[in-house]
Amino acid sequence: MHSFWIIFKQSFLTKAKTKSFIITTLIVVAAFFLLANLSNIIEVFQGSDEDGNVLHVVDESGELTPILQARLDQLGSDVQAMPTDLAEAELRESISEGTVEAYLVLEQEGSLKARYVSESANELGSGNEVEQAVQSLQTAVAAESLGLSESEVGQLFAPVAFEREALSESSKSQEELSQARGLVYILILLIYIAVIYYPNMIAMEVANEKSSRVMEILISSVSPVKHMFAKIAGIGTLGILQMLIFGLSGYLAMKTAGTELTEGAFSVFGFSNVKISTFLFAVLFFLLGYFLYAVLAALLGSLVSRTEDVQQLMLPMMMLIVVASLIAFSGISVPEASFVTVTSFIPFFAPLVMFLRVGMLDIPLWEPLLSIGIMLVTIGLLGWFGARVYRGGVLMYGSSQSLKDIKKAIRLGNQK
Amino acid sequence: MTLSIQHATKKFGDFTAVDDLSLTVDQGQMHGFLGANGAGKTTSFRMILGLLNPNTGVITWKGKPITYAASPEIGYLPEERGLYPKMKVLDQLVYLAQLRKMPASKAKQEALVWLERFQVPHYAAKKVEELSKGNQQKIQLIASLLHNPSLLILDEPFSGLDPVNVEMLKSAILDFQKQGATIVFSSHRMDHVEELCDNMTIMDQGKVVLGGSIREVKRSFGKQNVRIKMDEDLTSLKDTAGVVQFTKTHDGALFQITDEETADRLLNESMKLGKLRHFAIEEPSLEEIFISKVGKAYA
Repeated sequence: MHSFWIIFKQSFLTKAKTKSFIITTLIVVAAFFLLANLSNIIEVFQGSDEDGNVLHVVDESGELTPILQARLDQLGSDVQAMPTDLAEAELRESISEGTVEAYLVLEQEGSLKARYVSESANELGSGNEVEQAVQSLQTAVAAESLGLSESEVGQLFAPVAFEREALSESSKSQEELSQARGLVYILILLIYIAVIYYPNMIAMEVANEKSSRVMEILISSVSPVKHMFAKIAGIGTLGILQMLIFGLSGYLAMKTAGTELTEGAFSVFGFSNVKISTFLFAVLFFLLGYFLYAVLAALLGSLVSRTEDVQQLMLPMMMLIVVASLIAFSGISVPEASFVTVTSFIPFFAPLVMFLRVGMLDIPLWEPLLSIGIMLVTIGLLGWFGARVYRGGVLMYGSSQSLKDIKKAIRLGNQK
Repeated sequence: MTLSIQHATKKFGDFTAVDDLSLTVDQGQMHGFLGANGAGKTTSFRMILGLLNPNTGVITWKGKPITYAASPEIGYLPEERGLYPKMKVLDQLVYLAQLRKMPASKAKQEALVWLERFQVPHYAAKKVEELSKGNQQKIQLIASLLHNPSLLILDEPFSGLDPVNVEMLKSAILDFQKQGATIVFSSHRMDHVEELCDNMTIMDQGKVVLGGSIREVKRSFGKQNVRIKMDEDLTSLKDTAGVVQFTKTHDGALFQITDEETADRLLNESMKLGKLRHFAIEEPSLEEIFISKVGKAYA
């Protein structure tokens, strides 16, 4: 046990003290503070621009613009409709000069005709709002020409009470879902990055020790299996530490920025309605995913003799992670789809996909537990298998760049 | 008897790396392994260390198979030198000694003593990759014996060193032996083995071609050399009874003979020829023995 801690400490400390690790951590922390203060920073640069977008309206009758403005306000738009006397040619010029963002031509010839002109078709945002407003403007004008009373018009425009209700028991209400989605998205992203970043680190470390030939000294001192697991534990602890730093600085950044986590843009992330269990599952699936892929990475790292060959051998593993992330990210909008349910029990996809289900749905507890059980068994099997490969792999030198070498390594390890 | 190898054979697929190796090394002895590249020396060492298990045969150290429990007692200098290039010398030595269960504080203290002895104390805080090859080798040797092992295995400890450093390392290894350590080392330089070892094993393509006490090997070789130095021409002595081989040298001649009577005869005959400056009976060198046994020059 004694030497386990020495290797553990060494792989943890040397990595934690490297410049690249410190710099990466600092950059991410800085990015957090920057993002949290982004709205403050934008305000500084823009000044208080409360006017919103100004829409120039060519309206010959002069009666339509106020009604349009009323409709826009009702839609919650910040577009300001402003009647203009300028001719279209002048307006077009102003758009190309950049002084005018967009203009609208309203003509009434029996029915209402509208033309929206902006610099590029990309500005769909306000264009959509304007279209909706013009639509209801048309209705209002028609209602007026029919001579409806105020209350009749009111009835005509009364919004529909539209509510969604999901009958499936596991499904959360629409409101809950959209709140959970943002947070789950972020956490899946974190787990995804972690299972790529840290196992890669392990594979590089192992390959480094092999290429610098220090491995032979190490495994003549301590058993390769102990060496492998101490290394995995050391880097894993480093990962947890880094994630903690990120989490804490993210929290502090938003606190100091004076942003309420439950308000404004952050309401998308759903921090207002977070269950502690979501975080606990995130940590759990992070650890399981890490160990699963770390053992695999150590195994692959032990097969190469030069660090240059690591990436090539890691490719199949990377594909697994990418597929897992694709399932998870596409499943975030359809968490109840059967492909999500099935893959959440497949060990290499489970860390991401089962977490998605746990975060998005109210599934019975046995499901994540079963998935965790399957992962634990897989980690155990992979650990046993990995140790066998590792034992032989670390003694193998030569141009080993293919997975066929696993067989060779096991044979060498068996004879050991 | 502390280290014992009995009929160890190691095969990799169809290739036999070590074929029926048997030897014993007593406590405090130095045992030399000789052989060209690919002769099976490194595989033998890896078997002793337990990194590889023999297909057949038994290897024991103090009566027990070598496992990781014996790790603190064993020191190893691999042929392919291996240190962390980016780690500082002292940190590295302490780390490697700790893996062999030496307390960090003691390891640090002893490491500084060894660095001093090898005249490189100023490298303690330098990264290994900044050191010259010869100096890296000194660090590697310190790493192998810092934890005070009782069995020291050195694979080619002197290769790539200049003569001054070879002497420095040799004397350190001899001192270490005097403290009671059992040492097994390999070399491709026969003179190093002749100088340092009591016993040796010469391997060729996995097989032991010659082994045992060096004195014994030389005696049983049954041939000796007589070196004579004088100004007169010695060619006339070429056909003296008992002379196997005659080689003219720049200041006299070298005779290979089979028995000591021939030496007496050569002495008498040469004194008749003129003034004798030098007469010596020399043991055959291992190199000569190797060539005559294996039938080819030593690599």
